[in-house]
Amino acid sequence: MSAQREKRPSYIRQAWLVILLGLLYGAALAGVQTGLGPIIEENKRRETFSVIPELVPGTDREHITALEVETAKGKARRVYRAGGPDDQLRGWVIAAGGLGFADRIDVLIGLDPHVEQITGMYVLDQKETPGLGNLIVEDDFRDQFIDKSALKPLEVVKTEAAPGSNEIRTVTGATISSQSVADIINKAIDELRQPILEQATSKP
Amino acid sequence: MSADQPTAGERFIQGILPENPVYRQLLGMCPTLAVTGAMKPAMTMAAATAFVLISANLIVSLIRGLLRPHLRILVFTLTIATFVTIADRGLAAYLYPMSKELGPYVPLIIVNCLIISRCEICASRQNVATAVADGVGMSLGFALALASIATVRELLGLGTWFGLPIMPDAWQHWGVLILPPGAFLTLGLLLGAVEWWSERRGRKGTTTS
Repeated sequence: MSAQREKRPSYIRQAWLVILLGLLYGAALAGVQTGLGPIIEENKRRETFSVIPELVPGTDREHITALEVETAKGKARRVYRAGGPDDQLRGWVIAAGGLGFADRIDVLIGLDPHVEQITGMYVLDQKETPGLGNLIVEDDFRDQFIDKSALKPLEVVKTEAAPGSNEIRTVTGATISSQSVADIINKAIDELRQPILEQATSKP
Repeated sequence: MSADQPTAGERFIQGILPENPVYRQLLGMCPTLAVTGAMKPAMTMAAATAFVLISANLIVSLIRGLLRPHLRILVFTLTIATFVTIADRGLAAYLYPMSKELGPYVPLIIVNCLIISRCEICASRQNVATAVADGVGMSLGFALALASIATVRELLGLGTWFGLPIMPDAWQHWGVLILPPGAFLTLGLLLGAVEWWSERRGRKGTTTS
């Protein structure tokens, strides 16, 4: 018993440097994130605005508006209202993210004005396996989402997607990355359909 | 510092050619193959690696007296991961398109054996000036290797260098060099050339002595 009591303090004596470095490095990284986070967000925002016309056909760059909506769980989320040259509502773009195979995947989802159909999908950020999971950025995979229904969940299949269905064919060898994208989109649409429709009613 | 350890000047020189990380030590093969399709991503990767290598060497050398043998690898990894994260965030903030092009290869600098090996071989055993000189030398060597491979691949594969058109319009692009097989081919051929040259120098030294 006394031998055990003697052993206990030596763990801290041995690992104090690791603990101290962990704290210092953590503080340094928090500082870096505080300083650079807004700049990185601005870069993503600029990229988002440049991609929206591709996701919602007929969008005029001068009539893209960022709006905050509140989900049913009380969480504030940003959505983009895509207006045409006459500022008439052409559709919506929502930013969503979630865990992929390797790291977080951030996507933009284009939706029609009534949030009934997906008009496009763009991968904003991903760190999936090169040559496998990162093929989710390619047009072959992205184009599958166009004209899919936003009223029911997307389903991921390994074979050819049935015509007229809400199926998405996986990238070969990257089932998890493909499934992650579908899950992110399904969850985002589910969370934001009602808040977006309420927003459209109040400000068409 | 023990008398038989290389000096700062020797560490610096060794890293550039005699102990070149890619051509002599065969370290950092992943970024060497993945980002050398063109000069711009290659040089960005070289700069990011240099920042991490020099910073990690500096910090590890500063705390070398406090390192426990069985916890040193953990300390090295913590230090390297911190600087890689700073480099990654810096690129995302100030070189956003390049950050997207490099993708996961910047975070993968953490597992670049070159960096942890220099922490172990030099930084944890020698003073700050020598550690920094070692980091600078190895970084220059790594940059030289990436530049040589990227130059071949971009010139012959795209006809450009740093995005500027160099080859005549009539040049038929060797598309294979831009693809992964081209990376292996180029690296293999250049490695063979470096080996041949080293052997020839070695034989010349033997015959003239």
